[in-house]
Amino acid sequence: MGKIFIAAGLALGLSFGVFASDASASSGKAAPSQEWTFDGVFGNFDRAQLKRGYQVYQEVCAACHSLSQIYYRNLSEIGFTEDEVKKIAAEFEVPRGPDDEGETHEDGEQIMRAAKPFDKLVQPYANEQAARAANNGALPPDLSLVTKARKGGANYLHALLTGFADAPEGFKMQDGMSYNVYFPGAQIAMAPPIDDDAVEYADGTKASKDQISRDVAAFLTWTAEPELEDRKRIGIKVLIFLIIFTAMLYAVKRRVWAKLH
Amino acid sequence: MAETASDTHDGPEGEETRRDFLLISTIAVGAAGAAVAAWPFIHMMNPSRDVLALASTEVDLEPIEEGQSITIVWRGKPVFIRKRTAKEIEIAKADDAATMKDPEADGTRVKKPEWLVMIGICTHLGCIPLGQKGSDPKGEFGGWFCPCHGSHYDTSGRIRKGPAPKNLPIPPYTFLDDTNIRIG
Amino acid sequence: MSENTRKFKNPVINWIEYRLPIFSFIDDSVGSNYPSPRNLNYWWNFGSLAGVTLVVMIATGIFLAMNYTPHVDMAFDSVERIMRDVNYGWLMRYVHMNGGTMFFIAVYIHIFRGMYYGSYKEPRELLWIIGIVIFLAMMATAFVGYVLPWGQMSFWGATVITNLFSVIPFFGDSIVQWLWGGFSVDNPTLNRFFSFHFLLPFVIFALVFLHLWALHEHKSNNPTGVEIKGDADVIPFHPYYTAKDAFGLGVFLIFFLGFTFFAPNFFGEPENYIRANPLVTPAEIVPEWYFLPYYAILRAVPDNFIDAWGILPVIITAKEAGVILMFASIIALAFLPWLDSSKVRSAKYRPIYKQLFWVFVADTFVLGYIGAHPAEGHFLLIGRIATAYYFFHLLILLPLLGRFEKTRPLPESISASVTNASSEEGQ
Repeated sequence: MGKIFIAAGLALGLSFGVFASDASASSGKAAPSQEWTFDGVFGNFDRAQLKRGYQVYQEVCAACHSLSQIYYRNLSEIGFTEDEVKKIAAEFEVPRGPDDEGETHEDGEQIMRAAKPFDKLVQPYANEQAARAANNGALPPDLSLVTKARKGGANYLHALLTGFADAPEGFKMQDGMSYNVYFPGAQIAMAPPIDDDAVEYADGTKASKDQISRDVAAFLTWTAEPELEDRKRIGIKVLIFLIIFTAMLYAVKRRVWAKLH
Repeated sequence: MAETASDTHDGPEGEETRRDFLLISTIAVGAAGAAVAAWPFIHMMNPSRDVLALASTEVDLEPIEEGQSITIVWRGKPVFIRKRTAKEIEIAKADDAATMKDPEADGTRVKKPEWLVMIGICTHLGCIPLGQKGSDPKGEFGGWFCPCHGSHYDTSGRIRKGPAPKNLPIPPYTFLDDTNIRIG
Repeated sequence: MSENTRKFKNPVINWIEYRLPIFSFIDDSVGSNYPSPRNLNYWWNFGSLAGVTLVVMIATGIFLAMNYTPHVDMAFDSVERIMRDVNYGWLMRYVHMNGGTMFFIAVYIHIFRGMYYGSYKEPRELLWIIGIVIFLAMMATAFVGYVLPWGQMSFWGATVITNLFSVIPFFGDSIVQWLWGGFSVDNPTLNRFFSFHFLLPFVIFALVFLHLWALHEHKSNNPTGVEIKGDADVIPFHPYYTAKDAFGLGVFLIFFLGFTFFAPNFFGEPENYIRANPLVTPAEIVPEWYFLPYYAILRAVPDNFIDAWGILPVIITAKEAGVILMFASIIALAFLPWLDSSKVRSAKYRPIYKQLFWVFVADTFVLGYIGAHPAEGHFLLIGRIATAYYFFHLLILLPLLGRFEKTRPLPESISASVTNASSEEGQ
């Protein structure tokens, strides 16, 4: 009974704490608007940019951040051929699963097999606890939906990645934190992840900090909204149809009502 | 009572034709729109992309030795893959002329004579025939034997004796190279 | 019965009609044999729009349910699978998500229209009350539905709202546990919410049927608020209002699908794209926009208010008072037919009420704005004033106004108002 009370009390306290306090939870500086190819009614992804973004994710972000909603097969949607996808997947290993004898481990080691296109992207940590343990207690968030899960979306990501700076005089920083005005509270557990030439682009694009941030933000917009192009393409057709149809309905309505007046 | 309810807005001919044309075309456009709108609902029940991603399976045949069989799962069904011995191939070919319930030449059942790939579900009532392991009974024709009702399959997976009506079916598959096949 | 059977031209229809008089039923309900006031304006479109939206919600919902897994470990991923792998799953889900918003927009306009034109007055009190019950059922459906994607707002919204029931004296804690099926919002909660979310729309559907039944008994109210007096006042529902409703539906769908295709997350909360985590509370818990005014009322009662005024401090706390006020704000609407003492229905002929109506609408918008912000500083103060005004309008102004307001002369009949008002109205 005591436990129930504590649990209920905790939930209550938490929820009402939210109502009462929160003067301190500043939501971070608003990110400036950038130009994106996927903006607007006719916007589309730039495949070359997405491929560069994937490279940035893999070489920089993937050490700490998972992309749990994405399968290797999805990479064919950003311009990799089927063979390239197979090759990319095969660079990673996943648990093989039990064999005919039910064995999953050999000498205490899990038996692995090469990843296949139908596997999800291999995650950097086995579970949340392992992720926190490796990162000073902070949890690197999963990035698959990050542009939908933050106000400002891709603009926010770009601003955050390029927004690291030295803390102003008198700003109290906790140990191991970095100063970033775009992050709520201006202190972020992630060290500045990107510098000029942090990656080397295969297509010869100059890898400035700004470019890298832009590319990875575009890539993560795709991981969050892979349906974006289909959505807009179908949406335009649907709206054109509806506008014509509604105009016809208006004409019918006028004609029907004309008898009355 | 007994009044016609439907002719209240039927006006004289001619005067109404323009409205009728407008009305009919509007209804037609609306009906077309509704029909198109039904498609997402219908298509939603078709296999989704994650299901389709598992619809084909690639198998590496390298580790299979002559006279050995493996069973893999494809679309939830067991697929028997056997590397046949020269003798088995010879028997299968020789039997092409024999009387069979479901006559089929061995040559049409394989892409390469040594590799027999078929769905391991008895065509009688859906049991899994025995014969994959060396210790299994292989039936009177040296292929597979279904323990449920005693159907005997030969070294080409053709039904030779027992209640099953058809040969073991061959799944769609292609050789990607000498030792890799894709089923499905 | 069969003597009353109407004859149709088509013999197949006749054959069916003789055995099951469904065609005359349709004709009497939304057909050429249902007389409607001839002067209904476009505000009268929103009832049918809400009805269509309900059907869209049920249709998309059923197909979403085929792919959704109501389990805390799988719910979030199953929704993402719908968005990514299921054919047109993203479309179905975005239509359903924005459909919720559109349903509330249509219903809120529908309710405000009823208030402006006094549609709740005798003999339509029960029609109005059934409408309020539908509204409550919609709110319940929307609330449990929002929990299903199992994002952060799903989880914390469910936690906050279910905890409201803990204010019930003596049984509060047991009731909350009963709602949860455990000691916090968890798997049993998600499971039962899914079940309720599937059931409630059909309850709403049945209630809508009652709503229409009551409507057809005394027919629609109209912008003049004067009852139908003769044949000159009415026109057949079909083709006049079918054509008008169809056109309205077209405009509504452009608005609805415009958001669905081009700004599908406009009305949503980013936080809900983060998987639910019972150990991390979001910085700010904000309900969906259609609940914001009530959320503002819930938080409006000052903590020290009750002590300072010495009102029953022992049995009622600020939190309890907030919960009571929130429920009262909706229940009060059900009593509108008796709170509003004016004999005149339409605000067109009530010059003071007309202005107070718009003040009231503005007040609900203020409450909505306040509901979206943390309850502190001037937000809290404005929220309190707006809450007080909400009740002041319903409980004080409306009963008094009817006694003192000098109303404008009513037209003789609907047809009389149509003939001399077409220039004055301008719509």
